[in-house]
Amino acid sequence: MSALAINLEGVSVARNGRAIVSDVDLEVGRGEFIAVLGPNGAGKSTLMKALLGLVPIAAGRATVLDRAPVQAGSEVGYLPQRRGFDHATRIRGVDLVRLGLDGNRWGVSLPVTGRARSRRRADRHRTEEVISLVGAGAYAERPLGELSGGEQQRLLIAQALIRRPRLLILDEPLDSLDLPAQVSVAALIRRICVSEQVAVLLVAHDVNPLLGYLDRIVYLGGGRAVSGSVDEVITATTLSRLYGAPVEVLHTTDGRLVVVGQPEAPHHHGHRHEEAAA
Amino acid sequence: MNPSLSLNLVEDVRQLFTFQFMISAFEAATIVAVLAASVGWYMVLRRQSFAGHTLSVMAFPGATGAALVGLPTSLGYYLACGAAALAMGRAPRGRRFGTQTAVIATVQASGLAAGYLFLSLNHAILGGPEALLFGTLLGITQAQVLALLGVAVASLALLAVVARPLLFATVDAEVARARGVPVKALDAAFLLILALAVAATSQITGALLVFALLVAPPATAQMITMRPLLGLGLSVAFSLLVAWLGLGVAYFSIYPVGFYTTTFAFGLYVVTRAIRATTASRRARARV
Amino acid sequence: MFSHEFVRNAYLAGTMIALACGTVGWFAVLRAQVFAGDALSHVAFVGAIAAATIGVDERIGLFALTLALAAAIATFGRAGGADDTVIGIVFAWILGIGILLITILATSAQGGNGVTTVNTLFGSIYSLTTGGSVLAAGIGLGVVGATYAISRPLLFSTFDSELAQLRGIPTRLLAAGFLGLLAIVTAEATQAVGALLLLGLLAAPAGAAHRLTARPYRGIALSAGFAVAATWSGLALSYVIPSLPPSSAIIAFAAAFYALAATYAFARG
Repeated sequence: MSALAINLEGVSVARNGRAIVSDVDLEVGRGEFIAVLGPNGAGKSTLMKALLGLVPIAAGRATVLDRAPVQAGSEVGYLPQRRGFDHATRIRGVDLVRLGLDGNRWGVSLPVTGRARSRRRADRHRTEEVISLVGAGAYAERPLGELSGGEQQRLLIAQALIRRPRLLILDEPLDSLDLPAQVSVAALIRRICVSEQVAVLLVAHDVNPLLGYLDRIVYLGGGRAVSGSVDEVITATTLSRLYGAPVEVLHTTDGRLVVVGQPEAPHHHGHRHEEAAA
Repeated sequence: MNPSLSLNLVEDVRQLFTFQFMISAFEAATIVAVLAASVGWYMVLRRQSFAGHTLSVMAFPGATGAALVGLPTSLGYYLACGAAALAMGRAPRGRRFGTQTAVIATVQASGLAAGYLFLSLNHAILGGPEALLFGTLLGITQAQVLALLGVAVASLALLAVVARPLLFATVDAEVARARGVPVKALDAAFLLILALAVAATSQITGALLVFALLVAPPATAQMITMRPLLGLGLSVAFSLLVAWLGLGVAYFSIYPVGFYTTTFAFGLYVVTRAIRATTASRRARARV
Repeated sequence: MFSHEFVRNAYLAGTMIALACGTVGWFAVLRAQVFAGDALSHVAFVGAIAAATIGVDERIGLFALTLALAAAIATFGRAGGADDTVIGIVFAWILGIGILLITILATSAQGGNGVTTVNTLFGSIYSLTTGGSVLAAGIGLGVVGATYAISRPLLFSTFDSELAQLRGIPTRLLAAGFLGLLAIVTAEATQAVGALLLLGLLAAPAGAAHRLTARPYRGIALSAGFAVAATWSGLALSYVIPSLPPSSAIIAFAAAFYALAATYAFARG
């Protein structure tokens, strides 16, 4: 078993015939916490889906947990981009987390045999374990719809962790949270990386809440990607070269980084109207 | 036959079971109540009540069409509901919710229009549309009961097999898909299971009143708890209560059973809702 | 065909009712309130039966009960529209009362032979009197006018209710008003195609229009057009084939238009 959770060499991903990202080189080691950044439409979600085998790889070689992406399957924990559960959702957090463990198992397991009973006990124990790992024990039994964004995200992370994945892919989990919640979730993820030795790829818009917790970042732009430490990548020189257009990076007095002038990638406008009309 | 209600409960219950047709009616009602409550629990969770109602309405063209071509009535029910389930399965859940309901509504109206046409073409339907639409106590044979039992066992077995993946696909479709759960196939499969349950239930409660057993008991149960196993059990318990009470009271009354089942179902729902509202406000005040 | 008065009445009332159904229906599909329309239509049936039981004109019962349910949905529903589950439970109970009333009606003096029930369920467009059809046409036209009058703010509050509220549009009032219009259309159309089938006239032409275009006013016009076309075709065909009930024919055409529109939209990609 190699030390790399992910190894991409010259990978390109296309959608509807259009190249989204090309020629991506990336190595992610075990237990590394890596942020995937870039403007809207840069291809962050698409690249994540390619790693999960949900979108095909157009060129290059991709290895996820020493296998082809499609086969890595149940060893990768995935938290897709969500709008959160609406207030009418009554299912409890603990049940949702439990589904992460056995939701894809067909049939009912009746606790008649000793084996079935011990399996049930083990499942229940694991569920409680992972819920306390994310610190959600106090509200896991309440309906999801009643919880705050940060609380929901913790439970969703628990769901993604319950099968002890060696790689966790989180697609914009901090999006709808306020700043304190973002920072505390980032800290939680850092703790989990270290204690569970799981590599984490976190897609985000803003690197600032994650500063200090990250190992490295991957920055997508202009159809390509560059990876390295925060100080290496988020500089005017690197980003300008990535985009082929002048980009500035400002350092504020409270230590935040602001990227100015990055061109937005063209994206489709169909979605919002459809969702509004529904 | 003029059954009268004495105030001795044991005596009354004994009266209920004097005649075979009532025993058959109770057996049928029990089977159907369990089936409807179980499938209905998922239906309410998936917010597919409209599809459920449409399927129940398909019983009407099913029965009248079967009478027209000489097929057994219950076969007509199953065929019509199954066909409607397939037609509705073409419209996907989630996005474009508005147009999806237009499809369901069109299917419903078309089915009813066809049913009326069949009825008009074949004037020899006993009792007019009322019996089909609103259910009847009389005339449930042992053969029917056995057929219902068969359908119920098959449907519940199917439901048991897909129970967890269906729950996963319902509450968390994206992650379920990433975990290999065939969400689209399950959506279509559930509609077919729903069609089976509805076709079976319609034969007892009538096409328009299936909701008394399919929606109200599960909705009431889900107000109380969202724990899957407990909720399902509660849903079945409520459904049996409504069905038995409705049948029992209707026996001693000149008024139809459909009225009693829907009223008890509605009453149960309203009372539960009221209790929840008062305990919630009391809890909120205590917290402050 | 038009030399007969009952045919002229049917076309007059039918055309205006169809216009109203198509117009209001387009919004109902947009706002995902088709199930509410279904509930209202079933309740309309009960209203008519209730009126017949008491001995008053059925139309009073039709309008009274549908407007009452519309008010209930508007009051107790969530801001975005009532929960389908709750609507289903309430209207199932009302149907239960309906069957009680049918039984009472059948055993009472006004009972007749169940014709009232069948007519209310499946329509009796050829039995409209001239006065009745003129009234129905007038109401239909009024509904169309009212809908056009509120169409712009209604569109705005449907697409973006928060922004609309900020701009001073009374979204809750509009929502209630729309439900009221839906109730009136439902009661109207019950006389034409019957309580059980009017959902088809409400949803199928509108659904077809939504598949073909996203532009509002074009969509409304298409929807009304399909509804009227279905009505005319249905009436004509049922006149030629007497054993074909007119309501079934009308709905069949409406459904056919939907199927054609859906196929065309699918093929267009």
